[in-house]
Amino acid sequence: MIKGIAVKVVFSVLLVSGLSACGNIEPWVKPYERQQLADPIMSANPHPISASYMDHVWEAREGARGALGGGGGGCGCN
Amino acid sequence: MSLALNKARILRSMVAGAAMALPLVSSAGVLPDDRADALYHRYEGGGVTIQGPSVLVRKKMAEKYAVSANYYQDMITSASIDVEVSGASEYKEERDQYQLGFEYLRGKTTYNLSFTNSEENDYEAQTVGFGLSQDLFGDLTTISMGFSRGSDTVRNSTDPSFEQDIDRWSYRVGVSQILTKSIIATMNLEVITDEGFLNNPYRSYRYIDPNDTRRFTLAQEIYPRTRTSNAVAVNGRYFLPYRAAVYGGYRFFTDTWQIRADTFELGYVHPIKQQWTLEARVRYYQQDNAEFYQDLFGRVDQQNFMARDKELSTFNSTAFRIGASYEFAQTGWRFVKKGSVSLFYDRIEFKYDDFRDARVSQLIPTDPNYRPAGSEPLYEFGANVVQAFVSVWF
Repeated sequence: MIKGIAVKVVFSVLLVSGLSACGNIEPWVKPYERQQLADPIMSANPHPISASYMDHVWEAREGARGALGGGGGGCGCN
Repeated sequence: MSLALNKARILRSMVAGAAMALPLVSSAGVLPDDRADALYHRYEGGGVTIQGPSVLVRKKMAEKYAVSANYYQDMITSASIDVEVSGASEYKEERDQYQLGFEYLRGKTTYNLSFTNSEENDYEAQTVGFGLSQDLFGDLTTISMGFSRGSDTVRNSTDPSFEQDIDRWSYRVGVSQILTKSIIATMNLEVITDEGFLNNPYRSYRYIDPNDTRRFTLAQEIYPRTRTSNAVAVNGRYFLPYRAAVYGGYRFFTDTWQIRADTFELGYVHPIKQQWTLEARVRYYQQDNAEFYQDLFGRVDQQNFMARDKELSTFNSTAFRIGASYEFAQTGWRFVKKGSVSLFYDRIEFKYDDFRDARVSQLIPTDPNYRPAGSEPLYEFGANVVQAFVSVWF
């Protein structure tokens, strides 16, 4: 099982490395077109202290767990 | 006597908590703004009240480094249905959690490291997390990955000689993608593996009393010693033309205990002028039971693993949220750049499909509410969750 997980992680790293090599793709939404995405109401996690509390509420009372979106969330607006 | 019937569940979220570690909320190419938050939280439902403070401070240095610290406390008063069925009386206890996070930004890559410690009188948990995120494709895409390692010690307040361990591993990958000028989407995957003493030392399953089939008898639960879960979530957020946002998400979950769950979420954010932001949200969750879960077993030691934890049963929950934030000092005041106060209220309805209200079969048979074991009404309850917090950017 651990081996299977390790394979997934290695695969992910290779995938990310591969994507990095494609860093010259022309962005179809230009930096100056991102003012809507930069608006605070578009923030995926405007209040981290509140979001982590609610995640804890759900984790404590439901069988499911994980993939709650701690990663990423950036819009490259800055 | 402290009977922490919900302990294993409350604490098992530690690794996932580290997944939500403070540094990971930033995008790859820029560190989060300096900010301090102080929150009061209160959960009340099903005979349980949990309340306490949470304080989070984060500060960056030279635009390259950032440090964050969080203190979180749960003060628990519980007379839940499990406590009542076990014949115990209401108990009180406290949990304190400390978390430290570090971030380092280099080019378009952010590296982060976090440490979490949680302590109760009969449970300790330590988690270390590492992650990185990177902007790609003209910053249209942010990818992230992370790993956490947790180590718990489980004790039993009624048995000083009892001490067991749990090891936890969490692996995460995520991608955040700008799709159009007004839509951003994210996808996250997480695999979590636990190994060790995974059941709650205080919780019991119930089986039909061989001397009186209308009654039941309790015995200590037995869980497998390993659990691996997979979760994948997709989320999207859309900027509406009149400056408001709508967001939605779906998460699919499976694990080696045969639990399968779906979570749906839909929300709306509506700013009013420059100072107010209103929010409404609905969330629906549904799961199927673990393969070794039964509300009422036919006999003692019926199978290798036996659980009657309602969080492993088949059930659904529906939650409605309303919230408001008000910004103050928007033009700055002394060292403060701006501040906000927020109030969120969530109402959650839990409805169980195979967890019955066992208190009913503990009544005397002449009581009009009495029902024999196995034919009690299905359990359900509602909970109120309130969060009030102040945020200051500096």
